Amino acid sequence: MRVDGMRASPPTSGAEAVHLGARRGALGLAVALCLAVGAAAQEMPEPLTAEPGNPERGRLVVRDLGAASCLICHAMPIPEEPDHGDIGPPLHGVGARFTPAELRQRLVDPKALDPDTVMPSYFRVDGLRGVLGRYVGRTIYTAQQVEDVVAYLATLTEAP
Amino acid sequence: MRGIATLAALGAVLLAAAAARAQEPDPTPRPPVSGYAFMAPATQELQYDDFVNPGFFAIDRGRRLWSEPSGASGAACADCHGAEGEDLVGAAARLPAVDPESGALMNLEGRINDCRESRMNADPYSHESDDLLALTAYVSHLSRGMPVSVAVDGPAAPFFAQGRALYFERRGQLDLSCTQCHDERAGQMLRGDRISQGHVNGFPIYRLKWFTMGSRHRMFEWCNTSLRAEPFAPDSPEYLALELYVAWRGNGLPIETPAVRR
Repeated sequence: MRVDGMRASPPTSGAEAVHLGARRGALGLAVALCLAVGAAAQEMPEPLTAEPGNPERGRLVVRDLGAASCLICHAMPIPEEPDHGDIGPPLHGVGARFTPAELRQRLVDPKALDPDTVMPSYFRVDGLRGVLGRYVGRTIYTAQQVEDVVAYLATLTEAP
Repeated sequence: MRGIATLAALGAVLLAAAAARAQEPDPTPRPPVSGYAFMAPATQELQYDDFVNPGFFAIDRGRRLWSEPSGASGAACADCHGAEGEDLVGAAARLPAVDPESGALMNLEGRINDCRESRMNADPYSHESDDLLALTAYVSHLSRGMPVSVAVDGPAAPFFAQGRALYFERRGQLDLSCTQCHDERAGQMLRGDRISQGHVNGFPIYRLKWFTMGSRHRMFEWCNTSLRAEPFAPDSPEYLALELYVAWRGNGLPIETPAVRR
């Protein structure tokens, strides 16, 4: 995957994600077949952007309640925010349990690992139905936001 | 060729899995638990005390409309259905239902507007208008405490199937279905909000988030939009069918109108 051009200037990188989607189209069959034998893509080693992820910016992104915040479903070491959700596992220590490549895969498209997961795919536009007009063709996070959040999650190396 | 055969085999497996799923019993938690139980104590108190419950402003307005002549007929609801609505006690608990004359699935809003148009020669109320919310609140309140008991067999069966399919369909940018939250994760926390089982036995509700009353279809719309999914229109066949399925999930729960929700 060559994604240097995928730096997403806001609002979002729909076209780029579609491009990724096309690539993933081929991957899709592979994924389906892998699932049939009980394996799946575990990691996505290539960054989506040329600019390295910025963990400080990533921490702001995950707190943004207008942007499908991780906090809606996960507890995180962000004590200044009240009311963390408990739908998914707590993310304390997630940077010690997973490599950045594994974190990226789980954020970009967790359904490649588990098609039944409730976790949305934060950088994927295919395979969806009934998307609200203003979000059609747009990913939840931009490519840069994905990288920033991966960089932030990688810093979460301590258990609670 | 081999690839095609593999694909065909995979397709067959997926189809079989879908068929198996359609046979599975509904995952609705039993017994059903009202959304009341999932509210914070302060919200529960607002509902519990009729003198504090803001939904009673709508009930009072509805009571006034009930006996007010409307339309060219000069008739009021009270002229046909009892001065206090006594003839309609229990009616809201059985809706939506298929209208035997037209074969259409109708909810309470639809019944009221049908009556206005075909019998009172009055204009139908518009969706979410204060008058329609008031009258649906008043009529529903007549059934307070009575168990929801919608029929889903016979002529309702195809509507039920349609509603059920919608309930299980993943939609929107967040790619979620109703069942994933309201069956599989009821009781868990979405930030500060405990996920309810998604029952509709208290509608129209006074919703704190809205500072006003809202119908079931407004709530569906809100939920869809929160998932970044294109909502269906109020009174659309889709939302009517979904209302039937969701009401059925809560069969047996007492009507609570006017419920207060966050």
